[in-house]
Amino acid sequence: MLKATDVSFSYGGRHGARRVIDRVSFEVERGTIVGLLGPNGSGKTTLVRILAGMLHPDSGHVVLDGASVMEMSRRDLARRVALVPQETHTTFDFSVIDMVLMGRYPHLGPFELERPADLDIARDALDATGTADLESRSFRTLSGGEKQRVVIAAALAQASDLLLLDEPTTALDVGYQFEIATLLKRLNAAHGTTMIVSTHDLNLAASLCERVVLLKSGCVVAHGVTAETLTAENIRLLYNVEADVQFHARAGHLTVVPLGRA
Amino acid sequence: MSHAVAAHRPRVAVRVRLAWTVAVFGTIAFLACLLAPLVGSTPIHLSTVFDRSLSYADNIDAQIFWVARLPRVLAAALVGSSLALAGVVFQALLRNPLASPDTLGVSAGASLGAMIAITFNLDFSLFGVTAVPVASFIGSFGALGIVYGLSAARRRGTSTIVLLLGGVTVQALLSAIIAFVQYLADFTQTFRNVRWLMGSLDVASYPPLLAALIPMGISWIGFATLPRVLDLISIGHESAAARGVDVDRFERVALVSASLATGAAVALAGPVSFVGLIVPHLVRLLVGADHRLVLPASALFGAAFLIGCDLVARTIIAPLELPVGIITAIIGGPVFLWLLLRRS
Repeated sequence: MLKATDVSFSYGGRHGARRVIDRVSFEVERGTIVGLLGPNGSGKTTLVRILAGMLHPDSGHVVLDGASVMEMSRRDLARRVALVPQETHTTFDFSVIDMVLMGRYPHLGPFELERPADLDIARDALDATGTADLESRSFRTLSGGEKQRVVIAAALAQASDLLLLDEPTTALDVGYQFEIATLLKRLNAAHGTTMIVSTHDLNLAASLCERVVLLKSGCVVAHGVTAETLTAENIRLLYNVEADVQFHARAGHLTVVPLGRA
Repeated sequence: MSHAVAAHRPRVAVRVRLAWTVAVFGTIAFLACLLAPLVGSTPIHLSTVFDRSLSYADNIDAQIFWVARLPRVLAAALVGSSLALAGVVFQALLRNPLASPDTLGVSAGASLGAMIAITFNLDFSLFGVTAVPVASFIGSFGALGIVYGLSAARRRGTSTIVLLLGGVTVQALLSAIIAFVQYLADFTQTFRNVRWLMGSLDVASYPPLLAALIPMGISWIGFATLPRVLDLISIGHESAAARGVDVDRFERVALVSASLATGAAVALAGPVSFVGLIVPHLVRLLVGADHRLVLPASALFGAAFLIGCDLVARTIIAPLELPVGIITAIIGGPVFLWLLLRRS
C-alpha cells in the first residue's frame, strides 16, 4: 500500500547541514500495523511528516497505492492519510463533536457545511473509539487519554486508508497507554485500518505491531517481522542498552526489560 | 447505555445555527444603524425621516439623518466590524486569545503614516480622501510587508511564537518612530497627532466610506474563505495540514485580509483600541468556538458594539463629542479584565 524508496531529507534543503533521513526504504502492506522505532533524534517524527506529505524529501519517492505522495494535493492526500499527533492543544473551547467533525474537512467543498451523513460518520468514529458519551463535552476538560481517543476519532472521521500515529502514548500514563493500544488493535481487527505507529515504547511496539522499522541517525538499521527484528542485539544497536527480550506467555507477545547501558 | 443516549441526542446542524446567528446579530446591527442616528443634539424621529409626504428639501429630520449622522454611524459599523474580524483572524492564526489587530504592528504602521502626514503637512487627496487617511493606509502596508516577511521566515521552520514576538517587536519599533515623528511636530500638529491617536469617528461625508469599502471589500472576500481553516489552524499547523489545509496559502490570505481590514479601519477612524480584542471573545461566549459562526457574528456584533460606543462618546458630555477610542477602552478594559478572571 505504501512504499518508501531511498527517501532522504535535510532541514534547510538538499545541501542542508544535517541529513535527518538518509536513504530510507520500507514497505507497508494494507491492513498491517507497522512500528517505527528509534532513539531521540533518529528521525521518526520527520519520517512521519514526510509520509504525511508535510515535508518533501530531497530525493527518493513515497508511493501510496501507486500514486506519488509528493504529487497529490493536500486535500487528496488527507483523504488517504490521517495523522494523530503526540499531543493536541486547542486555542479555543471546542466540543468533542466539533473536534471530530473537523476530520471531515477534506471531504467538503470550500463553502460546504457538514451534512447529516457527515455527522453520522463522526458519531460512528466516536462509537469506535468508545467516546460517544463525551460528544457534547468540552475537549479542554478531557483527560489525556480521552483527548487522545477523541483525536483518533477525528482521524477516523477523515475516512483515510492509512493512519499515522506519532508517539500516540508518550504523554499518557500506563493505564491510558494500555487503553490506546487496545483501541488501535481493535480498530485494526474490526476495520482493517493500516497504521504506522512511531513510538519509544518497545513493549507497546511488541504487543501492537506486526512489523517494525528500526531507525537510527536517519537510516533504517533493520526492518521485518516484530518477533524476528526486536532482538536484544538490535536494541543494543539502537539505544546502546543491554536488554532482556523474552516471549511473555501471559501477555502473548515479546517483552523487553532494559538492564543497563551496554 | 450512555452510548445509546448520546447517539440519539439531537444536534442542531451548523447551517441552522449559522442562519440563526446571522439573523440575530444582523438584526442587532441593522437596528443599531437605524436607531443610533436618531440620537443627538437635535432629536429627530424615524417616522419623520421616512415620511414620504415631505419633500427632502423640507424634511429637516431626513437631512440630519442622511447627511449629518448616518455617515458617522456607518463609519462606526465598518470600523467596528473590520477590527472585530481582524481580531478573530489574528487570534486564530497566532493561536493566541490575546492577539488583536494591534499585535503584529499593522495599526502602529497605520498610525505612523498618519503622524507623518500631519507632522510634515502633507497635502494631497486621492479618490476624494485627504492626505492623512491615505498616508495611514500606506503605513499599514509598510507594516504588512514586515509581517509578511516574518511569516515567510516562519515557513522556513520557526514557530508561531517567533511571528508573535517579531510582530510585537515591529510594533515597539514603529511606536518609537511615531514618538520621534511627534517630537518633530510643532504645537498645533502635536495637538492633531494626539487627537488622531485617540481614535475618532468624526466622518461627515460618504466619500471616505466608499474609499474604505474598497480594501474592506477585498478583505471580506479573503475572510469568506477562512472560517473552517481557522478552526483547524487554531488546533495546530501540523494537524491542520494533515486534515488537508494548505496552511501556507491560507496563512497568507489571513494575514493580508486581516491587515487590509485593520489598515482601512485605522485610516478611517484612527487606532480605536480594544474592539478587535474583546468583540471576538464576547461573541465566542455567545456562539461557541466554531469560526463559521464566530466570523459573521463578530462582523455584525463589532459593528453594533462600535455604534453603541460612539453613541455614548457623542452624547455622554454633549455638546462635546469624545473620541470613541476613549469609550471603547473604558468599556472594553473592565469587560476584558472580567473575562480574564472568569477564565482563570
